Formats: sequence, structure tokens, C-alpha cells
Amino acid sequence: MNELLRRLFFLPEQGSTFAVKVDHLHYVLLLTTFAVAVGIGAVGIFFLVRYHRRTASDPTPRVVAAPWMEALFIGVPLSLFLLWFVLGFKQFVWVMSPPQDSLDVYVTGKQWMWKFTYPGGPSAIDRLVVPAGRPVRLLLTSRDVIHSFYVPDFRMKRDAIPGRYTDLWFEAPRPGRHLVLCAEYCGLDHSQMRGEVVVLPPADFEAWQDAQRRNLPVAALPGARTPESMAVRGERVAAAQGCLQCHTVTGAPHIGPTWLGLYGRKEPLEGGGVVLADEAYLTESMMDPLAKVVAGYAPVMPGYHGRLSAEDSGALVEFIKSLRPPRPGVTAAEEPVYVPTGR
Amino acid sequence: MSPPAAESYLSDGRTVWSWLTTHDHKRIGVMFLGLTLFFFFLGGLFALALRIELLTPGRTVMGHLAYNRMFTLHGVTMVWLFMIPAIPSAFGNFLVPLMIGARDVAFPRLNLASVYLYVLGASVALWGMFEGGADTGWTFYTPYSTTTGTAVLPVLVGVFIIGFSTILTGLNFIATVHTLRAPGLTWMKVPLFVWAIYGTSIIQVLATPVLGMVLLLVALERVVGAGIFDPARGGDPILFQHLFWFYSHPAVYIMVLPSMGVISEAVSAFSRKNAFSYRMIVYSTLGIAFVGFFTWGHHMFASGQSTFGSGAFGAMSMLVAIFTAIKIFSWLGTLYRGSIAIESPLIYTLGFMFFLFFGGMIGVAYATTSLNLHWHDTYSVVAHFHFIMVGATVMAFLAALHYWFPKMSGRCFPKKLANGAAVLIIFGFIATFVPQFLLGNLGMPRRYADYPPHFQSLHVASTAGASLLAFGFLVIAAYLAWSLRYGAAAGDNPWGSEGFEWRSASPPPTHNFTTPPEYPTGPHEYAREEVPHAA
Amino acid sequence: MPPEAVTEHWGSEDARKQAAYLGMWVFIATEVLLFAGLFTAYGVYRSVYPEAFRAAQLTMEVGLGTLNTFILVTSSIVVALAVHAVRGNRPGLGGALLLVAALLGVVFLVVKGVEYAHHVEDGGLPGDAYRFTEVPRVGASLFFTLYYLLTGFHALHVTVGVSVLTVLGVRSASGTFGAGYATPVELGGMYWHLVDVIWLFVYPILYLS
Repeated sequence: MNELLRRLFFLPEQGSTFAVKVDHLHYVLLLTTFAVAVGIGAVGIFFLVRYHRRTASDPTPRVVAAPWMEALFIGVPLSLFLLWFVLGFKQFVWVMSPPQDSLDVYVTGKQWMWKFTYPGGPSAIDRLVVPAGRPVRLLLTSRDVIHSFYVPDFRMKRDAIPGRYTDLWFEAPRPGRHLVLCAEYCGLDHSQMRGEVVVLPPADFEAWQDAQRRNLPVAALPGARTPESMAVRGERVAAAQGCLQCHTVTGAPHIGPTWLGLYGRKEPLEGGGVVLADEAYLTESMMDPLAKVVAGYAPVMPGYHGRLSAEDSGALVEFIKSLRPPRPGVTAAEEPVYVPTGR
Repeated sequence: MSPPAAESYLSDGRTVWSWLTTHDHKRIGVMFLGLTLFFFFLGGLFALALRIELLTPGRTVMGHLAYNRMFTLHGVTMVWLFMIPAIPSAFGNFLVPLMIGARDVAFPRLNLASVYLYVLGASVALWGMFEGGADTGWTFYTPYSTTTGTAVLPVLVGVFIIGFSTILTGLNFIATVHTLRAPGLTWMKVPLFVWAIYGTSIIQVLATPVLGMVLLLVALERVVGAGIFDPARGGDPILFQHLFWFYSHPAVYIMVLPSMGVISEAVSAFSRKNAFSYRMIVYSTLGIAFVGFFTWGHHMFASGQSTFGSGAFGAMSMLVAIFTAIKIFSWLGTLYRGSIAIESPLIYTLGFMFFLFFGGMIGVAYATTSLNLHWHDTYSVVAHFHFIMVGATVMAFLAALHYWFPKMSGRCFPKKLANGAAVLIIFGFIATFVPQFLLGNLGMPRRYADYPPHFQSLHVASTAGASLLAFGFLVIAAYLAWSLRYGAAAGDNPWGSEGFEWRSASPPPTHNFTTPPEYPTGPHEYAREEVPHAA
Repeated sequence: MPPEAVTEHWGSEDARKQAAYLGMWVFIATEVLLFAGLFTAYGVYRSVYPEAFRAAQLTMEVGLGTLNTFILVTSSIVVALAVHAVRGNRPGLGGALLLVAALLGVVFLVVKGVEYAHHVEDGGLPGDAYRFTEVPRVGASLFFTLYYLLTGFHALHVTVGVSVLTVLGVRSASGTFGAGYATPVELGGMYWHLVDVIWLFVYPILYLS
């Protein structure tokens, strides 16, 4: 039944867990629409035939809708619409809330390509490799104009906006390949801004990632630019932008809160409330520092909106994430490997 | 009916100068009609060029830049030069004073000024087309529109000027309907078309200035690097979207409300029945005008807008949908037990109801928010607004053109041919836009000059439909042009309509009425005895 | 043309007056929404860059701004008196008062011009032209852009208002208006009050707080 309806409405393959959910609502709405549209057409044509004008002066009665009919006709569609809205909005909230254990990938749109960067490396152009059966969260931004990351098979898209981060998560249940398109008009080659999502079985994905990371130093021949991981780059940016004049990485509070172990912490706010220091909060604090000031610190930090490039702010977040206090029982990894963190 | 003493507005001064300096609302309406028809033709040519390019993946007849300019021209021409002025400025100007028993609008000179502003704005925008044209789409999203190297500036300025024309027209109608209704014509007897124009005017007056300011800011951004919407200068591109849609969503109702008014008139006239629920149509018209201001965020579900905000805008959008549903109910009820004449305006009306329902229901589906994530910015959206803009508004425009053609010109057109053309247009429409809806389901984004091959079959179907549609329009243009000269004299009221505008002669004399009309009942009262409801 | 007696409701002075008032109110609504876009932008960027906006605000010449506020409010009072005079059938006095109000409008524009000149000297220019070294560019350039937009648009309205008041003043002094026909003066007065009220919103957000 699902397959039949999917083909009937020309929907593409269901490549994500969200696609399966949303398609059911899709079917219900479209079938209702078709049924009622046919009904309206049929009633119209029936009236046309039944009450067809015979003489130029046919008498007609004065018919006025009774209040109960008006109420019925407002009430029934309205309750139906609101029911659909509730169903749809539940799905929307679900798909807007990334799960805790998702794999993060940074996505940068640029005229006219997609760049995918894994926090521990590597990065790739136009090809996003993800494991099957595990939620993946994309952190999107753009270097120039607005783009929109769209995977028809996943039934979702999200705009990539210069100067801010948006996020999108999905879980692809099966290995496969899915087309990536840009859905927000971005200029000359907008229609060529394509990519693909390659979903690998989890074991294959690990192998792929290991191979990619192992290849990194090999590719860096003497004289060639060594590709740096995002955290390393973040450290360089932090020094260059003067972040470290106010924020320490040793755990000691200075003019601003220390970055050591900041990521994932719940910080009390000036004026009450707490905030979870996640990617969104860290980015916001760079761009709009005075929106949420941690209790006990003076609101003195300048905003970096327009001063930090998209890559740099992403790199800073990764740098902060890498600064975790040593925890007993967890041996330090030999090389900086990205560990998805609970929030 | 018409005493020979009263001269028709068409023969009261025959020189071009007498037209250019006229204060007569009817002549101004006719001028607007001519101008909007011209731009409809132009926009149609652009659309055909787009459809031809999309016949095959890769390059068919034009490159990417030409395609991007072409869809911008199509959008700008159709939205600002045709859709927005078409029914309110052309038919509204001609009919509102006739329907409320006035001699003219409240501010005839402002009315003439709005024609000139429109011509000026259109000329500036056209000049931009000769400069190569903008390639931003009619939405001018920043930061693309502030950084692209094409002729965006003249188009922005042109649209800005046209905005003033719109405001003047809206202001005029509000004052006219409030102050110049004939004695005895109380609010609840006012024809539904006038109500629709009134609702439209409120939107025009309140939303257009915001658009004007936004366009000006984009223009300043290009000229002096103002930085308001440019992230590289510290601005926020999303603010542009909020301000833009604060106008442009209500603008959708500027385009569709008047068409609903036309249908309310036509349905009554051709079934010889009073409106099934006059009250509901009036309240829903005002409801749309009001709630339409609070739904703009539904264009931004995928932009990273807060989840709660998206939910609120989604729910408000559902309310707007209900107002439309109510009207469809009333129109169907009006047909019930009527005496239905199968004339071209009625055929368009049936098409209108079907397409408005279908397009509206797709809109309801978008408002569920979760479905929107797939459909947003795909051909599904293209199909959705063409169902509303072409399927509904253009159908209503054609219905109006046929219904009031005798009123405006005093002549008849070949009815059988018109009926055939109407059927052709409806089928051409279905063939053009149903494939586009399916393309959207399949995931084809809009504004694509090129596409992966698996989309091709549906594109071919759509182009075939578009050629059918174009042929239909040519047929209509041909017989209407012929009828203007050779059509039989229509007489004062060829449809036997009880609409108030038919109480004056056809074509009406310069000051509309020789004797003040009286209004013992509302419009379209054909019956003698009262039946409370479906017996 | 039908005789006027039959068609009285079609062109009566009362209906025209009513239409003119309504038209003016609708126009005022349009104007308010025109400025609303700018006020929204101001609100948004002030919340994004509070410290830059604060710093830029401190460089504003509050004295001149306050002086201008006094000038504009005074002129509004003068216009109100002028309308009262014309309604009371003293068009000569009304005309003189209107011209005084117009003159106050010109003074306002001159003061504004002096302020602009100072900003240009300091380099407090909009957008890319921003050269003001005292306040760092990020955020402050937006403040100055919005400053010029808000005050510039307002000054444009003042200029239009001054011309309107001058024409009305001259016509009133020559006796065109009186107790029986004061509509144009009343409409011109409404417009001037609108210009004044907009300034009363522009002034605090740019100079104070």
C-alpha cells in the first residue's frame, strides 16, 4: 500500500526515518484533497445538469444558508485542518530536535558546491558519507549567499545562511545513495549545485573514516599544506582573534568563563535561568555575546558577527569541544579523534 | 433603458488627449485593463521561453544566465505588472463606483496619478529588462540580490514606484466605499465584489509601504553598501525575508481576494440566485485581509526559524484556509436550485472553484509544517501558487473579462467560441500544472535551468500543456479583438443580471447614472418569495 | 450631465470632506507602516549589537536633537492654532501662523543639516563609507545607516510638509479658506502632526536611552 501510493504520487524513495513518517501524512492529505476535489467537481457538474437553465426567465427560489449549516461548514474543515496541523507539527518538532548521540558533520554551502567537514577530519566536496542506522546532525552555514541543503529522499531541507548556523538531522536506515540538491536560488549555477549522500553500513563507515584519516598525513607530502583538523584550526583562530586574552583553557576563570570543559556544561545565566553550552549557544555567544551572559561575568565581550568567517566560528566551537577536563577511567586517545559527546 | 441624452463614456471625447487627461474611473479602468493585458502577454511569452528551455535537461535554447533572468522577468512582470493591478485597478476602477451608485471614485485625480505611476514604474522596470534584466527572482532574496552583477536596481526602483500606484488605488477605494455609497445602500447590501475590493485595498494600503521600504533598503545596499541585510557587513539576511513576506504574503491575497469577488458576482448572475451565504463571504473576506498579515512566517519553515514560531505561523495559515473553504461552500450553495446558464464566465467559475480548492489544499498541507520540509522551494510550490494565481485568479480575470465585456464595450462576443476556449484553457491549465505538482513531489527544486534526467518526462508534459494554454489565450485575444469592432450590440443587460452595475446603460454614460438608483434589496435578488434554506 | 439637484449625494461638500478626512487617515496609516520597517530594523540590530549601538548613541549631539524636538513640537502647536484660527474665520491670522510653522520647519532642517555636517566631518557615514574612528565599525555602521535612513526619511517628510504649509499659508492669507472651507488646512495640519509624532519616536531611540 505504502509503495503503491508512493509511486502514484511520484514520491522518491524513502531514504530516512522521517520520510517514512511524513509520507503517511502526505498520503492522507492528498487522498482527502483528491476525494473532496472530485466531490466538488461532481457536485458542480451535477448542479449544472440538474439545474440547467431552460428558459430565459426560470424562476429561482431565494435560498439562504441556515446558521447550523454555516457552523457545520466552518467547524468540520477547521477541526480537520487543526488535526492535520497537530499531527504535522508533532513530526516537525521531532525532526527539528536532533537526538543526543548524533554524528556531527559541518556543511558549508558555497557557490556552487557543498563542503562536508567531519570534526576529526576528513573533509570532502559534494559527497557526504554517513553510517546507516545512526542519527547524523548537519551543522549548516554558507560562505556567500543563502543555499538550501535538500535531499528529496529524506523529505527535508534546511537553509544554509551566511553568518549563522542552522542544523538538520536525519537517520538513514539502509545503505544507499541519495541525491543532494540546492533548493534556495543562489545564482548562475544554482541548478548544478548537486551532491550526494552515501550511506554505508556502520562497519564500512568506520573503515572508510579510518582510511581517510590515516591517509591524511600521507597526502601531506613535504612542502604541501598539511590539512589541519577543525580543532587545531580553532586554536589558531582563538589566538589570532584574541579570544584567549579573556578566556583561559586551563580551567581558571578570567574576564570570561574558561573554555575547559565548557562544552556540554549547564551554565547559570545573569538574570536567572541556565543554558546548556552546546554548539548553538557557543555560536550565539560569539555573534551576540550579550544575549546570554553567564552569571558572575561582566557583559563586556564584543560581538564577532561579521568578523568571524563561517569556518572559523565552526573551528572555534570544535576547539572548545576538544577542551575536556581529564576524566578518571577514560584513557586519552593517541591521536585527537572526534568522540561524539553527550549533551 | 438609457435615454438618448446620455452619451456613453467611450464617445465623450475621442482624442487620445481626452483619454490621457481623463478623470473618469471607467476610462482609467479601461486603460489599466489594456496595460495589464499587455504585460500578461509579455509575461506569458517569458513563461513559454522557460517551458521550452525545460523541455530537455542541459541547454535547450538558452544558458543559465538567460534562464535566470527569464524567470525573474516572468515573476516580476506577472506579479507586479499583471496580477496585483489586474482585477483591482482595471475591473475595480470600472465597477466599484457603478456598483455603489457613485458618479466616480472619491479622488479622481489621484486615480489618474496611479495610472501614470504605474506606467512610470513599469517603464523603469522594462528599462531594467533592456539592461539585461535582474537574475534574482521576484523575491530579491539577500544577500544574492545585493551582490549579483545584473540590473537589479531599475527593477527594484520600478517595483517601488508601482507600489505607490497600488497604494493610491487602495486609498481611493477605501474612501470611495466608505463615503460615496448611494443613499439606501447599507453595508450589508454592498455587492460582494465591492467587499472583495475593499478587503484588498486594506491590504494594499497597509502592506505595500513595508515592501517599498524593504526594496529601498536593498537598493541602498547596492548603491552605498548600507549593510542592513548583508551578513558580511553585520546585517541579517533573514530580516529581509521577514519584512519581504510581511508584504508579499498579504500580497497573495491582493491577487486572490478580488478574484473571489468576481466569482461571487458571476456565480449569482449565471445561476440567477442570491449568494447562499452573503454574510459568510463578507466576514471571510475581512478575515482573510486581517489574518493574512500574521502568516508570513510560513515561507520560512526551512530557514532555521524557531520551531515554535513555525508552529504559530502554521496554525495561523490554517485559519486563512478556512476562510477560503467557507467561500467555496457558499458558491456551491448558490448554484443549488439555480437556473444555471452555461456561458463562458460560468465555465471559468467552475474551473476556478476546482483549482482554488486544489491549490488551497496543497497550501493546507504546507501549513502542517512537517510536509513543508519536503515541498518548500520545489515545483510543488510553483504548482501551488500557479493553481491559485493562474488556476484561480486568471480564471476569474477571464470570467470578469467575459462577464463585463458587454458592459465595458457595449458589444457581444461569439459565445460558442468563448465556451470552447474556456474548456481549452481549463484543460491546458491542468496539463501544465498537475505535472509540475508531481515534479515537486519527486523533488525537483524551483528556479532550475537544468535538471537531472529523471525529471524530464513530467517537464515535457508540462510544456505540452503550456502550449495548449498559450493557444487558448490566443483564441480569446482574437475573438475579443474582433468583437470590439464587429461584435453585435449587446444592449444594456445582455446577461439579465441583477448586479447593481447593470443598472446603468452599457456602456455607461460619463457620469454613470442619469437617475439615482434605489436599493430596496441587496444585489442579485432574483426570487420573489423567501425560502429559509434547503427545503 | 444630470442636474445637480437630483444627484446631490454624488458630489455634496459633506461627502467630499468626509472622503478627504478618511483618505488622510488611510494615508497616515501607510506612512506609519513605511516607518515601521525602519523601526523594526532598528529594534533587531539594537538587540544584536547593544554595545555598539550604545557607543554610537553617545556620540550623538543630544543638544541639537533636543532643540529640534522643541522646534518641531512648537511648530505643531502653531499649526494647531492656525487650524483653530481658520475655523474661527480668521484666515489672515491662520495664514501667518502657518507660515511661522513652515519657517520653524526650515529651522529644523537647518539644524539637522548642521548635525549631518558634523557627522560627515567625523566620518560617521552610512554603510561602506563609515570612517568614524571613535566607535568600532561592527554594528556602529548599521546604527549610522539607520540613523541616516530614519532622519533622512523624516527630513524628506519635513521638506514636503514645509512646502505644503507654505502653500496653505499663502492661500489662507489671501482668503481662500475660512470657517466654511477649512478642509485643506485641516489635512495639512494632520500631515504636519504626523511628521511631528514620527519625530517623537525617532528622537528618543536615536539620541536618548
